[in-house]
Amino acid sequence: MKFLLHSLWLVAALLLPAGSPLAQTPPTAPAVGELLQQIPNASLKKTGELVQQLEQAGGAEMRPLFEAMLAGELYAVKESDKLVAVTKDRAGRLVGREIFNDRKLAAFASRDLKKIRVNNRLRSQLRDAIARIDLLHGSEEQQHAAVLSILDDLSSQNMRLLRSAETAGASAQVQEVIALADAMVQLRDSRVLEERLAAIEIMSGRLEAPVRNQLQRLLNDDGEQEVAVKAAAQKALDKIAGRVEFYGQMEQLFFGLSLGSVLLLAAIGLAITFGVMGVINMAHGEMIMLGAYTTYVIQQLMPGAIEYSLLLAVPAAFLVSGGVGVLIERGVIRHLQGRPLETLLATFGLSLILQQAVRSIFSPLNMQVVTPGWMSGSLVINPVFSLTYNRLYILLFALAVFAALVAILKKSSLGLNVRAVSQNRDMAKAMGVRTELVDAMTFGLGSGIAGVAGVALSQLTNVGPNLGQSYIIDSFMVVVFGGVGNLLGTLVGGFSLGVANKFLEPATGAVLANIIVLVCLILFIQKRPKGLFPQRGRAAE
Amino acid sequence: MKLKKFVAGLAFAAGTSVISSAVLAAETIKVGVLHSLSGTMAISETTLKDTVLMMVDEQNRKGGLLGKKLEAVVVDPASDWPLFAEKARELLTKDKVDVIFGCWTSVSRKSVLPVIEELNGLMFYPVQYEGEESSKNVFYTGASPNQQAIPAVDYLMSDLEVERWVLAGTDYVYPRTTNKILEAYLESKGVAKEDILVNYTPFGHSDWQSIVSDIKKFGSAGKKTAVVSTINGDANVPFYKELANQGVSSEDIPVVAFSVGEEELSGIDTGPLVGHLAAWNYFQGIDSEANEYFVQQWKKFIGDEKRVTNDPMEATYIGFNMWAKAVEKAGTTNVDAVEQAMIGIEFPNLTGGVAKMNKNHHLSKPVFIGEIQDNGQFEVVWATDDVVAGDAWSDFLPGSKDLIADWTAPIKCGNYNTESKACSGQAK
Repeated sequence: MKFLLHSLWLVAALLLPAGSPLAQTPPTAPAVGELLQQIPNASLKKTGELVQQLEQAGGAEMRPLFEAMLAGELYAVKESDKLVAVTKDRAGRLVGREIFNDRKLAAFASRDLKKIRVNNRLRSQLRDAIARIDLLHGSEEQQHAAVLSILDDLSSQNMRLLRSAETAGASAQVQEVIALADAMVQLRDSRVLEERLAAIEIMSGRLEAPVRNQLQRLLNDDGEQEVAVKAAAQKALDKIAGRVEFYGQMEQLFFGLSLGSVLLLAAIGLAITFGVMGVINMAHGEMIMLGAYTTYVIQQLMPGAIEYSLLLAVPAAFLVSGGVGVLIERGVIRHLQGRPLETLLATFGLSLILQQAVRSIFSPLNMQVVTPGWMSGSLVINPVFSLTYNRLYILLFALAVFAALVAILKKSSLGLNVRAVSQNRDMAKAMGVRTELVDAMTFGLGSGIAGVAGVALSQLTNVGPNLGQSYIIDSFMVVVFGGVGNLLGTLVGGFSLGVANKFLEPATGAVLANIIVLVCLILFIQKRPKGLFPQRGRAAE
Repeated sequence: MKLKKFVAGLAFAAGTSVISSAVLAAETIKVGVLHSLSGTMAISETTLKDTVLMMVDEQNRKGGLLGKKLEAVVVDPASDWPLFAEKARELLTKDKVDVIFGCWTSVSRKSVLPVIEELNGLMFYPVQYEGEESSKNVFYTGASPNQQAIPAVDYLMSDLEVERWVLAGTDYVYPRTTNKILEAYLESKGVAKEDILVNYTPFGHSDWQSIVSDIKKFGSAGKKTAVVSTINGDANVPFYKELANQGVSSEDIPVVAFSVGEEELSGIDTGPLVGHLAAWNYFQGIDSEANEYFVQQWKKFIGDEKRVTNDPMEATYIGFNMWAKAVEKAGTTNVDAVEQAMIGIEFPNLTGGVAKMNKNHHLSKPVFIGEIQDNGQFEVVWATDDVVAGDAWSDFLPGSKDLIADWTAPIKCGNYNTESKACSGQAK
């Protein structure tokens, strides 16, 4: 075992870039090897100490180890206590690699491995250690992130690190943050009025939270005697508050648009079936649910290509939900034409049947739909304003679906027929339009779009039998608000309800915001029964 | 002639079936199972129904109770609160069950309570709840706030040095009461009002953007911040996803949840949740012989290697075994006799140690804090030194701090006021 560890260390040492402190000072190497050897059998507390010692002994070379540990990929081979990084490959096998040189190892059986335990305290310790390493050795981006994380803790030790990073040649972006850190230290430690005022000048308008907190603390500090400093700090803080306020509004607008895009997606299919055809389809939510389950099935079928699964799921969900929609139209709704109450009850029954069917086939538990990497995380614009990728993509996707639908209705022959039938069924029939086929196609189109919405919603919420129920009310709300039979109304309706909701929420809380929006909607419908964009002309009657 | 013979045969058949069912009724002890098998709560409650069936199975293999076999009577209250009361009445009057294992949400328990008390039934309630209740006819085997919420807050305060608190919950009775208790507790510990942010969301809330953004802002004030989450069920997944997407990690702002267990995690991608916390009296990952046997038995019973166990299952397991012990001690299934026999009964926890049924119908159990791992299991990071006795009435609410529950003579009361020395008016 000892031999194995030593050979591991030897390999690591050999592969280290020449000139690294480790290669120059071999005496530290055994220490690192010894420390590594202790990790597999250490308690969590002991592991923390080991990490600290490893950072001191090994320096930058320890980064891959810390990274693997932070990601929960660090395992020990039970037999030899040798440390390896282990990840699951596409087929779900456990694939190991050497920690310090990335060399592939054979696949492991899970019973041969022991996971190195990590808890939150250790994670934050690891993150700090990595930041310190990155500051000197990382890429420009890593350096930037590292400096920002150090703003929280401007100890003299950390400042020395910043100094050495500066002299090692940091980019302009990193230099700027280092200057900010300097200013913060200056304001804290200096007793010279001019220096402190200059520091506040630098800090003024910066959005980083530690800057705000320091200024705020200074204002609250009764021991602070300098009136000029306090006045300057107040001014700087006001400037910051103004910017934060502005970005806060931007953020809320984005949240509102994002909620609006979800409402739009959910409602847009209904705008076709209810709006254009006049069918009250209570099973609309279940069409969304079917789309979400289709995403799940697709992901199960292609576990190796989760990144692309959504692209395939969109057409698949359209076909599945659209197909079911056509069946419903042919099997049920066609026989109930002109009897809205019966249609409502029948489709309500259908929605229950579909829910129970999904429960029987897939189980009542929620299904796990994986979010692909490109949809996770957020686009950071500045420290107080970032846009989450999943919401951003869904917003764009909703607009694209809307545009496609408008194009179909306005430009294709199906669209022409749909409009003809919805405006005057008898006349269309007389002109040779096969109204029954058009009905089925229209309903299929509306349901298919609902299925596509399901793909998007599977990324935001739970995929379970009740998924549809939570969106059916919202969908009707949007369609009625926007004006029945008007796609543009659905667009405007969805977005305005979303934005109104999100601007109310901070003031009233989520529960009350929903209620207020609903009450306002009812009042609005009282005043304008036909919604935002009423249909005009004879067709409306 | 033929017809006559047929009718006679029919009458005979009907007669024998009545007799046989009567004989059967005399020979079996009936165990009612009142858990939703359809509707929104089915996701959680179906598991508990299966747990009771497994326990009944096991008891029968051991030879039943008092020389009789156990027979489970399963009904489906369909996540419909008033239906819970109807089904409970049906179980007690029509099926004449000797004991009921049931309910999950507090509102369903509140709906069943008057029926159980009126008909003098016996029910075991296996889920963590807000407390402020003790009925002669109910045994509470889940955690009360002092067995879950308070230790969790203590852990955050002492080990993680949390100074700012977000109390986020779903808008119904359990989170509201728990948060009221927590607020009073935090204030008693010297936390300023402006360092507490309380937030409620509707059931099944899925748009967490603004709330997570608020939490982020609240947490950027330079003090260590934690979220105490009483968010229920489905709404948790989008909540944790949004946290991860907005870059809030468990090291910056840990979330400690009271309603997220192994079962809830089994349906989701746990990647974004790693490091967040949960407080329970049981985790599947806790190493003990009894637990390993239980987990294996469960997987075998359900026929699925991937199924997990959770805290309410252990509560059902303890409740069932205590009831069986009490019936044997009392020598009858008579509700009053079993109720008195129950008090003081001890049964080993799956996690080690011994659970004890106290005078107030609540259990003494250990408390664990676990960190979520990427395989959907928990890593225990903290545990109480000893078992904690469940408190029916919180010591931190002005209305209930003088109240205690004691179902032994001479007090025999679920809400006895220690100041005025009077029972504040519960029937019996």
